[in-house]
Amino acid sequence: MSQQMQTATDNNNTLSDTPLLDVKDLRIGANIAFPGEESHHMVIVDKISFTLQKGHVLGLIGESGAGKSTIGLSAMAYGRGGCEITGGEVRLNGEDILSFSHQQVRQVRGVKVAYVAQSAAASFNPAHRLGDQVIESALEHGLMSRAEATAFADELFAKLGLPEPEIFGRRYPHQVSGGQLQRAMTAMALCSKPDLIVFDEPTTALDVTTQIDVLAAIKHAIHETHTAALYITHDLAVVAQISDEIMVLKNGKTVEYGTTDQIINNPQQAYTKDLVTAQSIQKPEAASPNQPPLLSVDNISAAYDGANLILKDVSLHLHAGQTLAIVGESGSGKSTLARVITGLLPPLQGQVKFGEAPLPAALKKRNKEQLRRLQMIYQMADVAMNPRQTIGQIIGRPLEFYFGIRGQEKRRKVIELLDQIELGEKFIDRYPAELSGGQKQRVCIARALAAKPDLIICDEVTSALDPLVADEILKLLLQLQEKHQVAYLFITHDIATVRAISDSIAVMYQGKLVRFGSRSKVLSPPYDDYTDLLLSSVPEMKLDWLDKVLSTRKMQSAGN
Amino acid sequence: MLAKAENGTPASQSGLMSRALEKKSILLDHLSWGARLGLVGLAIFAGAALFAPWVAPYGPVEIVGEVWEPMSAQFWLGTDQLGRDLLTRLIYGARNTFFVAGAATLISFFMGSFFGFLAAVQGGRVDQLLSRLNDLMMAIPTLIFALVVLSVLPSNMITLILVMGVLDSTRVFRLSRAVAVDITVLDFVEAAKLRGEKTLWIIFREILPNALTPLFAEFGLRFAFAVLFLSTLSFLGLGIQPPEADWGSIVKENKDGIVFGIPAALIPAAAIAILTISINLVVDSILSRTTSLKGGRG
Repeated sequence: MSQQMQTATDNNNTLSDTPLLDVKDLRIGANIAFPGEESHHMVIVDKISFTLQKGHVLGLIGESGAGKSTIGLSAMAYGRGGCEITGGEVRLNGEDILSFSHQQVRQVRGVKVAYVAQSAAASFNPAHRLGDQVIESALEHGLMSRAEATAFADELFAKLGLPEPEIFGRRYPHQVSGGQLQRAMTAMALCSKPDLIVFDEPTTALDVTTQIDVLAAIKHAIHETHTAALYITHDLAVVAQISDEIMVLKNGKTVEYGTTDQIINNPQQAYTKDLVTAQSIQKPEAASPNQPPLLSVDNISAAYDGANLILKDVSLHLHAGQTLAIVGESGSGKSTLARVITGLLPPLQGQVKFGEAPLPAALKKRNKEQLRRLQMIYQMADVAMNPRQTIGQIIGRPLEFYFGIRGQEKRRKVIELLDQIELGEKFIDRYPAELSGGQKQRVCIARALAAKPDLIICDEVTSALDPLVADEILKLLLQLQEKHQVAYLFITHDIATVRAISDSIAVMYQGKLVRFGSRSKVLSPPYDDYTDLLLSSVPEMKLDWLDKVLSTRKMQSAGN
Repeated sequence: MLAKAENGTPASQSGLMSRALEKKSILLDHLSWGARLGLVGLAIFAGAALFAPWVAPYGPVEIVGEVWEPMSAQFWLGTDQLGRDLLTRLIYGARNTFFVAGAATLISFFMGSFFGFLAAVQGGRVDQLLSRLNDLMMAIPTLIFALVVLSVLPSNMITLILVMGVLDSTRVFRLSRAVAVDITVLDFVEAAKLRGEKTLWIIFREILPNALTPLFAEFGLRFAFAVLFLSTLSFLGLGIQPPEADWGSIVKENKDGIVFGIPAALIPAAAIAILTISINLVVDSILSRTTSLKGGRG
């Protein structure tokens, strides 16, 4: 590993003598104090060193808690929420910015180093026009006159491929799409012509089909302006498209550091190899049996206000013990379909049949048995559990409610379920706040399973999790399916997941079902235009994937 | 207790005892100094109210001295406008103040939060109906409403408590509905609905535990307002009827003395202030415990 690092730095040194950013032995820690406990020091970033040349891009990759963002912010001499830089140096153009006074740091932030945050929607002020916000830092620091800045911003909007660049700046944040907003934020960072931009997961919150355009725009803009960048993400395939070098981080330590080519094609460390080959699950596709389907959705149309159709004439079906994946970008009506099936949103037309009998459209008309057989797991395990109930209470409630099991018997069954989700008895008296993200999702699975359902609707259950944790959850779901013969309706926007676990696939786009059938049928050509776009937008672990896709795809994504 | 242990109590028992003591000290350790101060204040007031006949030096309506005598060894806080002992009046007044304000606040919280949660969970027409009714109640100034109702109904303590409780519940309704609306949109409430849980279960098991924090905070404040409201009503002659007294009516009885530089009216006022502060100190510390999502464990 150190050899790889050496070659990486050597290569850089031949280009220029003083690197733009030189981080040596950086250590960042925080004092953590839980109420009622002694505060203790926690090391978040441990002895990180790297160099970055002008015009180069370094990808920082790792799962949540690896210290990626903390390192990125240290390039601006900033420690978030109680973090403290405890050692090492950060040299920008040869100057140690950690020793700077408050005034000097202000001259660095927004001028020499700019920041692009993950959630553009939360980072723009909704009360001001985009244009004014984009040029604000350039004006504030007196870098350009208002006229110059506005002209430059328009130029940047054009460079980033935003529609109607001359008038784009006059819009308010809520008037543009998420992908456009993310590009506007990149324009904001570029506007004061910084030497370095820190991108903190800029595409993570976007759909794959939107992500690809933002990615292309960022890549183009970095290239055009010769700005250096730190690109922080947890998606190795994404970072491979943009960066020249990659540093893999875990628990605040460097796992591997080398050129993009070396990391992707020739990873040395086991952890990096895991990341490169993240998708290891492959469930064989089950054949469609001859018996009637467990769930059939017939010609469903639905709307929230009675007029604007969110679902337009959707029909699909799912056999017992199998998995149907519903894919599509946000706004395609996937979750609305789940709401119709669960009875939260009675449809305008059509009906949902469960087993032989049609399900009553409204939740209140369904009986306990119908409710029991259909369970749901949510995307955000955090809010899907009552924070004031213990795990034992959460999992025990369906047992008590549907089967009348109480007391010791209930406790025994809860422990049994906890064992099935690989958590064990010691979790029974814990509160959700005392669990990690993956553990929370496991508890939600156990709660659904406790009802002994025939069908579980999984609404984006892995999208809030780190890739390796998500993998574990998928494996668990498959195990449980085999054991209990439960069917899954799997709503997701992640094609890799779909490929891994589904038996049949439904592709949705703007409320319509564009493609439905067995996995092998849906995933083999000829494709319709949208399925082609969707499939080709999934980042692949190849260096030239982005350029190739942009030149071959058939249709533009919706956000454009 | 210590002496006993030395005198040959079995070791296991003394061990048990010390462990129990340890546990208690841990509980106390969690309380801030403010909360301990508040608890002491509350304990003194509650003790005075509870044991009034034994701790009060004189009878509540007994005229024992001159009008507005200054503080002395005989009359610790002086005497009131009729020559009754002020300390005695305060102690007996604490009973009424505590009981009426406390009962009224409890009623307002039970009513207000139940209907507030119901409106939030049911939504739609039920919500509209309850909320507009509440608006209607709030549109009439509370004091005038209370005056009208109290002058019509027979004036006894139960009517007083009910009127105060119902009027105050409008404020609690608004707060609890606002808090619950935020909670009902969370997935775990939807999960409970999908499971087929009844409305009451959702209100008491899913929403209430998560709404306790702001409700506790409001309770302290509302109790203080209830004390003041009772005082106002008594001041206007519709609250506690003489010769009975609450702290508010003692302020009223002695207010004329202020003109002559006699502090008799300020003493019950100070008692109201100290009570309010004590309650809020305790409530604040309960808050810091209940805001933890780990069931109060570190």
